[in-house]
Amino acid sequence: MTRRLLWQRFVAHLDPVLLAALGLLLLVSLVVLYSASGGNWSRVLAQMTNILVACAALWVVANMPLHYLMRAAVPVYLLGMVLLIAVAFFGEIAHGARRWLNIGVTTIQPSELMRIAVPLMMAWYFEKHEAMLTLKNYFVATLLLLLPVALIARQPDLGTAILIASSGFYVLFLAGISWRVMLISLVILMASMPLAWSTLHDYQRHRIMMLLDPAQDALGSGYHTIQAIIAVGSGGMFGKGYLNGTQTHLDFLPERTTDFIFAVYSEEFGLLGNIVLLTLYSFVIARGFVITANASTYFTRLMAGSITLTFFTYAFVNMGMVSGILPVVGVPLPLVSYGGTSMVILLLGFGMLMSIHTHKKLVQT
Amino acid sequence: MKHHIEFKDTQREIHNFRLRLALSLGFVLLLLLILLVRFIYLQVMQQSHYQTLAENNRISIVPIAPSRGLILDRNGVILAHNYSAYTLEITLSKVADLKATIDELAKIVDIQPGDRKRFKRLLADNRKFESLPIRNRLTDDEVARFSTQRYRFPGVEIKARLFREYPYHEQISHLVGYIGRINESEIAQLEEDEVAANYRGSDYIGKTGIEQKYESELHGKTGFQQVEVDAGGREVRVLSRTPPVSGNNLVLTIDAKLQGIAEQAFGNYRGALVAIDPRNGEVLAFVSKPGYDPNLFIDGIDEQNWNELNNSPDVPLNNRALRGQYSPGSTIKPFMALAGLHYKKRIPSYAISDPGYFSLPGSRHQYRDWKKGGHGSVDLFKSIVVSCDTYYYGLATELGIDNIFNFFSEFGFGKKTGIDLEGEVSGLMPSQEWKQKRHKQKWYAGDTVSVGIGQGYNLVTPLQLAYATAILANDGVAYRPHLLKEVQSLRTSEKRILGMNLESNLNLNAEHLALVKSAMGAVTQPGGTAAMAGAGALYAFAGKTGTAQVIGMKQGEKYIESKIQERHRDHAWFMAFAPSDQPKIALAVLVENGGHGSSTAAPIARKVLDYFLLGKLPQPLLTVEEAEGAEDD
Repeated sequence: MTRRLLWQRFVAHLDPVLLAALGLLLLVSLVVLYSASGGNWSRVLAQMTNILVACAALWVVANMPLHYLMRAAVPVYLLGMVLLIAVAFFGEIAHGARRWLNIGVTTIQPSELMRIAVPLMMAWYFEKHEAMLTLKNYFVATLLLLLPVALIARQPDLGTAILIASSGFYVLFLAGISWRVMLISLVILMASMPLAWSTLHDYQRHRIMMLLDPAQDALGSGYHTIQAIIAVGSGGMFGKGYLNGTQTHLDFLPERTTDFIFAVYSEEFGLLGNIVLLTLYSFVIARGFVITANASTYFTRLMAGSITLTFFTYAFVNMGMVSGILPVVGVPLPLVSYGGTSMVILLLGFGMLMSIHTHKKLVQT
Repeated sequence: MKHHIEFKDTQREIHNFRLRLALSLGFVLLLLLILLVRFIYLQVMQQSHYQTLAENNRISIVPIAPSRGLILDRNGVILAHNYSAYTLEITLSKVADLKATIDELAKIVDIQPGDRKRFKRLLADNRKFESLPIRNRLTDDEVARFSTQRYRFPGVEIKARLFREYPYHEQISHLVGYIGRINESEIAQLEEDEVAANYRGSDYIGKTGIEQKYESELHGKTGFQQVEVDAGGREVRVLSRTPPVSGNNLVLTIDAKLQGIAEQAFGNYRGALVAIDPRNGEVLAFVSKPGYDPNLFIDGIDEQNWNELNNSPDVPLNNRALRGQYSPGSTIKPFMALAGLHYKKRIPSYAISDPGYFSLPGSRHQYRDWKKGGHGSVDLFKSIVVSCDTYYYGLATELGIDNIFNFFSEFGFGKKTGIDLEGEVSGLMPSQEWKQKRHKQKWYAGDTVSVGIGQGYNLVTPLQLAYATAILANDGVAYRPHLLKEVQSLRTSEKRILGMNLESNLNLNAEHLALVKSAMGAVTQPGGTAAMAGAGALYAFAGKTGTAQVIGMKQGEKYIESKIQERHRDHAWFMAFAPSDQPKIALAVLVENGGHGSSTAAPIARKVLDYFLLGKLPQPLLTVEEAEGAEDD
């Protein structure tokens, strides 16, 4: 009887529907990772560890009352900013980008933290000024967003910068920023494009150019995109079969376990597999929408909406870049690509969703 | 009131929020649809296109070089063959630091600076993903040593490859030639001939000699292997295989033993010998001395050997039999005699009284006979036996250059014989027209006088003279000289026997022929100029000596052999056929700076004939010193 009670306490704040969809995606991750790594069990085990750690984070956050989350917003955001500034000055350079900070025990990537911290901060800010939102509030919120985005874009880490920018934009959008302001901002943005272009790094420009015509540099930067598209296209309707992807297993695909894992999946499972994957993602997103729609407070609505839409954005950008409709910006496929930090941040987000959902229920009952 | 407003605001706020959320949902659905459409486009509509691209990525067509045909002599003796040996090869795409790898390898196997140089050269024109040999012909020891340490050398492999070898080295080199690595201009030529695809797996091509002439027969057909490769070009597995077809074996008309005996007979002399079967044009021996070792050229000759060969005053790379042009000297006298009879300028019994010189009418210039004081009364028969110059000075003058030119052209003088080797030169048979064109001068009577004894403008190659001798021996029926006797296909064991090529029939008068041939028979008998070479022969053989002047002698000056530097001595000629009555072999021998035909050239011919007709192996060779002081021409 006590065991059952304990179990009920344990799962009380978990959302079974969301959990099931996430579980299936994580299963896909392990299955594809085994193939993508060429049957490397240690990779699969490492990913399992990532998942376990991330699940623990999910559980902890899911059981956290909402005011805890709100209280965490400002310190987490400030910590993130400090770390980002530290990166700008003392960060370690790898692959031509300054993204990592050595904190003695290990190196961390503060931009990952900002993926949660930025929407959290913005949602907190809007909640605080909920009573009478003026244009000034939107301006301040935008500033809260643009500061870290600018720092991250400078590292340079275009992929993360874009995704954080979009997560912040979702908060602004859902917080009710007026259409007129959005339109004016858009016009200003378009007008400043040439200026933005001039501040981009060469490799970033190259990637954008490559999107327009990957074949122009088939053996250079375009190589990755072309090989990925070949993998996807040659997968056909039903795929080449598990462990039978030639592009994958003969090393033609780059970054097979991380950014391009979707190409591996797509080659081996074909269109049918892609539809299954899209369905799983849709399921997660749909559940996210339901939770968002039913969220009880302004803060939780903004937070839940931003988490859900950002998750979708991750998935869309990754699949879009692998299938050649978006530039290669270095975004992993959420919940499937190999990687610990990304996994923890993502499941942390879903933990918040569950917390939002279940704590609201508790409040109601 | 305040509570009311707040409540109202919250309602409106939730309404607005849900509206925006719905818009977001629509946006999400739209993007999902875009992805789905993209997937359908790539995976259904464009599937076959990308399937092809993926297959092209995956499958690489690897050519399998065919094994080159063998070259055999008429008795099946191997003149060029292939052997399998181990090479140490480096696949460039797998090796990060090439120099370090080679340095490490050098600790296990012997890698000479020459090997590195060769490798660098190969590197310069390598195809992508190709593996290149750093060392050829590893010893068993080296193979064993490398095998135990191969784990240390990713990208370095031992491969079994076929190598060409010429077991006769210097002998027969000018005839068989050699193969070498294909160069740029040869690639261009292959592309022009539209056979480049057949050379995709080949590194070598025939460069000279038979190897070059019959490249298309020897090369064979390249096979192909469909191989699955990974992105690094590494072979993963073989999918299908079309085996190569080996090149055809070539059986030559050459008798390697005869060739060897002829080469030996030259001793230290330079020169050339061509022996032809007059009955069909088969070339039995084709010697150019000195030779060179064709094996040196296969993988690119190293600098030292090249300089040695290229700078040697003996010019070993020059194919004298094919490309050496010499004054024919007295060897043209039998043909002059035939011309005299043919144009009815001489009858056999007509004899001149030889004072030892000849002067053109109205001129005091004396054309001297080689024998001071002359030969006395000389008729046509004797003119050949004693090689009387005076007789031919007069005959040439009476014949005139036009008749001489026409008659000699029939025997192939001044024309390429058409032998199956590249690079043949045509020699020179002068004519009025030629002199006008070449020297912008008219023909003088004196020119004809010199031509009459083969010391004028005329130039012949040893091959040409052998061919002319064969025509004479075969009573004017000319068969084109050729080296290829038979083509054997290994695959079908089918044999293609190459027929003889009847070039022409000169329709010479049988009596004229009999007279000239019998006079040539007497040349090797006591009293003839080659009596010493003919002494004790167990068969009758006909011949004619000749001397080609290397430096001109002034009027009244005497040629004293011992006082002249070796390189300035006359070249010695001897032409012969045997047996006299039914010739089976006709040959021409040239010995550079050999002095007189009788002393150096004729004994070589005798050794060749002895072996060919009797199977007799030659006695110890004549040295340069022994050859001095032999009888005059």
